[in-house]
Amino acid sequence: MTETKLLHIEKLTLYFNSRGGDVQAVDGVDFDLDYNRAVVILGESGCGKSSLAKAILRLLPRNVSKYSGKVMLEGSDTMALDDEEYRLNVRWVGMSMVPQAAMNALNPVLRVGDQVAEPAMIHLGVNKEKALIQARSMFQHVGVPEGFINRYAFELSGGMRQRVAIAMALVTSPNLIILDEPTSALDVLTQANIFNVLKRTKKELGTSYILITHDIATSSELADDVAVMYAGQIVEFADAPRFFAEPLHPYAKALMASVPTLRGKKVLDFIEGQPPSLINLPQRCRFAPRCHSRFDKCEQDPPTIEKDGRKVKCWLYS
Amino acid sequence: MSVEAKELVTEKAQTIDPSLLLLVQDLRVWFELRRFGFGHAGYVHAVDGVSFDLGHAEAIAVVGESGCGKSSLMKTILALYKPTKGEIIFEGKKHSEMDAKDIKWYRSQVGYVQQDPYGALAPFMSIKKILEEPLVIGGIKSKEEREQRVRKVMEEVKLHPVEDYWDKYPHMLSGGQQQRVVIARAMILEPKLLVADEPVSMLDASVRVEILKLFRGLQQKHNLSVIYITHDLATVSYFSERIFVMYAGRIAEKARVDPLLQNPLHPYTHALLQGTSDPDARNALSFKEVPPGEPPSLITPPPGCRFHPRCAKMIKGLCEVEEPPEYEPEPGHFVSCWLYKE
Repeated sequence: MTETKLLHIEKLTLYFNSRGGDVQAVDGVDFDLDYNRAVVILGESGCGKSSLAKAILRLLPRNVSKYSGKVMLEGSDTMALDDEEYRLNVRWVGMSMVPQAAMNALNPVLRVGDQVAEPAMIHLGVNKEKALIQARSMFQHVGVPEGFINRYAFELSGGMRQRVAIAMALVTSPNLIILDEPTSALDVLTQANIFNVLKRTKKELGTSYILITHDIATSSELADDVAVMYAGQIVEFADAPRFFAEPLHPYAKALMASVPTLRGKKVLDFIEGQPPSLINLPQRCRFAPRCHSRFDKCEQDPPTIEKDGRKVKCWLYS
Repeated sequence: MSVEAKELVTEKAQTIDPSLLLLVQDLRVWFELRRFGFGHAGYVHAVDGVSFDLGHAEAIAVVGESGCGKSSLMKTILALYKPTKGEIIFEGKKHSEMDAKDIKWYRSQVGYVQQDPYGALAPFMSIKKILEEPLVIGGIKSKEEREQRVRKVMEEVKLHPVEDYWDKYPHMLSGGQQQRVVIARAMILEPKLLVADEPVSMLDASVRVEILKLFRGLQQKHNLSVIYITHDLATVSYFSERIFVMYAGRIAEKARVDPLLQNPLHPYTHALLQGTSDPDARNALSFKEVPPGEPPSLITPPPGCRFHPRCAKMIKGLCEVEEPPEYEPEPGHFVSCWLYKE
C-alpha cells in the first residue's frame, strides 16, 4: 500500500430481505476518497445511492440480508469493529452525515444550539459549555447568526435549518461528511448559498465530502470526482473536469444528455425504458436493455476497466 | 352562453385583442390573518398587483422561489380562490361575473396538472376510472364514447397498449407514468388552457425530459395555451415562449425567453440566473454571488421595491420609497425597476 487514503471502499455490498427475494441495493461498490476532496455519487431514484450512504456509515435497517465488503477509514478497517466500538470511534468522530431532508428532522422542542452541541458532548466527551462554544463557532462557519443558537427549529427558514444540520455534522470535526441530497427541497438562491458554505468549509477545514444527489447540474458545484451509480453498481468513476466534458459510460452519456442547461442551446434527450428491479438481477450488463451501443458481449457482466485513470464498467472500453 | 355574457363579449371585443385567451388585470389575492379566530390581524399579500395576458397556443412560464405567490396566482386563475381585487378575463368573460354554470364551463376549458402525481391520483381508483371521471362530471352519458375518449387520450400520452394500463392502480405505475395519467386527465375535456404546477420537479432527470417533450408536443399539436409554474429556470427555455419572474407577490420582469435569459434586466432575475448551475466542473472553483437575506414576509412587505433590501444596485431615496412602475427598455421586455427610468 502506498499512502493511506481517507476512505477506501472495497466490494461493499448491502442486500435487503423482501418477499420477492433479496433487494441488491448496493452490489460490490469500490472507490477511494482522498483527504480534502469531494466525490459526487450521481444516480436516479432507486439506484441504491442512499443505501450506499447507509452502508458506509453502518446505519442499517432491520431487514438486511447481506452486509459485506471493506470500509477502511484512515487505514483502519471499520468493518472489524463491533457496533459499540463503531459508534464510539467512527460515527460522528470519523465521519458524519447530513441525512436527506435533515432540515425537517430537527427536534422541535429543543433549541437548535443544544442540538448542534449534543454530538460534541456525546462523542468528544466535552461538557456543555465547551460544546456550546464549539456549536457557536460552527454556526459562524455555516453562516447562521450566532443569536439563533437559542431559537427553535420552527423559527428558522428552510435554508437556515439546513445550515444548522450541516453545523451539527461539523461540530465533532470529522474528516468526512456524507451529504444525502442536501439541497433538493430548497430554492435556487438558498441552494447556491448552501453550496457556498460547503465549498468554504472544504477550503477552510479541509473536510472531505461524499455528496449523494440526482441533481447533476448543481453537483458540479462541489465535485472533484464523480461516481455514477446504476442499479446498485458504480458504472463510472472519473475526475469531474473530464466527466462533465465527456462521460464514458453509455448510461452516464445519456444522463448528461438529459440535463437541461441555461446557457447554450442543447438538444435534450431521454433514456427510454426503466431501470431494472433490484431483485433477481441477471448476470449481464444491467444497463444493456436500454443501451444504444449494446452488442453480443453485453450478455456477460462487464468488468471495471481502467482507462487513463478513469474507471468504467462497460465492454466498449475493453 | 347567457345573454349577459354575450353582451359582455361584444362590449369587451372593442377593448380586448381577440388573439388573447386570458387576461389578468391588476390581480390581488390577500389572505386575512385572524387573531384568536376572530379580530383582524392583517393580510398575507400573496399576489399583489399582477397583470399579464396570454395568447392562444402560447406557453408562458411563471418563475419564482417558494413563497413568492406563484401558486396563489395559479389557484386564482383556476377559480379556486377569489381575487381580493382585480379581474381575470377568459375569452372575454369576467371571472367575477361567472355564475355556477359558467364556472362549470370554465373548469372544462382549463386543465390542471399537479406537482406530485402520486398525491394527485386517487389510490383506490383504476386509471380508467380516474380518466373517466371528468367526462362523467362533464355530462357525457354514453359509456362507449367515454371509453373511446379515455383510449384516445391515453394513446396521446403514450400509455399504450391501453389495455395494459387502464385496469391498474396508481401505485402500480412509475413516477413518469403517473405524471402521464395526470396530464391525460387534464387534457381529456379538450381544454384551451392548461395550468401546470411544477409538473416535472418530482421526476428523475431522464424521465423529466421525456415528460417535458411529451407535454410540449401535445401543446403544439392541440394549440393549447399553457401556464407553466416552476422554480427551475433551466427547463423553462425548453418549454415556453415567455417568462414572467415573480418576486414577493409581484412580477419583476416579463419577456420572451431568449432576451430574458441572455440579457436579464432586473437585479433579481440576474441573481436567479447566477444561482442556477449548468453541469460544468469549473463551478467547483468559484463561489456564487448570492444576494444577502431572504425573501420578505408577505404580511408586511417592504415599502417601495420589494427587492430593495437585498439589492446591490439600490438607489437611495427612491427604491425604498416608491414602488417602481413597469418600464419597457426593449420592445416586449418589461421590467419593474427604477434602474430603467430613462
